[in-house]
Amino acid sequence: MRRDIFQAIADPTRRAIITLIALQAMTPNAIADNFNTTRQSVSKHLKILTECKLVKQKQEGREIYYSLEIEKMKEIDKWIEQFRKIWETRFNQLDTVLATLKKQKK
Amino acid sequence: MINNLLFDFTVDKATKTVSITREFDADASLVWDAFTKAELIDQWIAPHPMTAKTKYQDFKVGGKRFYAMISPAGDERWAIQEYTSITPKTNFKMHNAFADADENPELPGSEWDHTFSEQNGITTVSIIIYNESLERLERILEGFTQGMKMSLVNLENLLANLSGK
Repeated sequence: MRRDIFQAIADPTRRAIITLIALQAMTPNAIADNFNTTRQSVSKHLKILTECKLVKQKQEGREIYYSLEIEKMKEIDKWIEQFRKIWETRFNQLDTVLATLKKQKK
Repeated sequence: MINNLLFDFTVDKATKTVSITREFDADASLVWDAFTKAELIDQWIAPHPMTAKTKYQDFKVGGKRFYAMISPAGDERWAIQEYTSITPKTNFKMHNAFADADENPELPGSEWDHTFSEQNGITTVSIIIYNESLERLERILEGFTQGMKMSLVNLENLLANLSGK
């Protein structure tokens, strides 16, 4: 199944999980303690985040710790930057159109 | 041309909102025309090397604009806009959705809110775009990047042909 970072951040609980584990690696139980939700539901969100490669797991004894893949988060910024560029190009074109219109009016 | 015109672009992922503010060195009526008259919109809305063509437009509340963005390879991506509110030279709102060539919209779409204000001959336009899904935003971008890549491939082919001679 195709998963991407935009699916990951489209959900408010997942965004909250991202914010939490950005500070420190945490176990699913510790993450669940921060929400009004079941451990099962948190596991489901962590599974999606893992599939999106936004979080990584590390086994320590019997516990699994989840932490954030910072590099992957940067993809979002890159994506936004591309989007911004499209609008920049558009508006530069509009500047030219407006300049032409002004000349025609004179 | 003066190039110290304000350009502000922010994406709020939580509210799925894109906010864009830009100043233009022209009076509000001219800028309004450029945003609301199809023959003018088509001249700038498609980022080069894409082009735009409007099949028809009826600029009134409940009216529509049916248009396509065309890639350098000639692929047409149709979309339909429906105007939901118009206050001349001040504000207009519309709903935008991708569509097929027969005007069947693909929902969900996005809500667009444009505000125009003029001061000392400079017009500020604020656009707020609310997308029902972030994936949709991503698709818009994918379409554009593909178009850009296409033109690069065209250029490469052209250069290869030229150097082969």
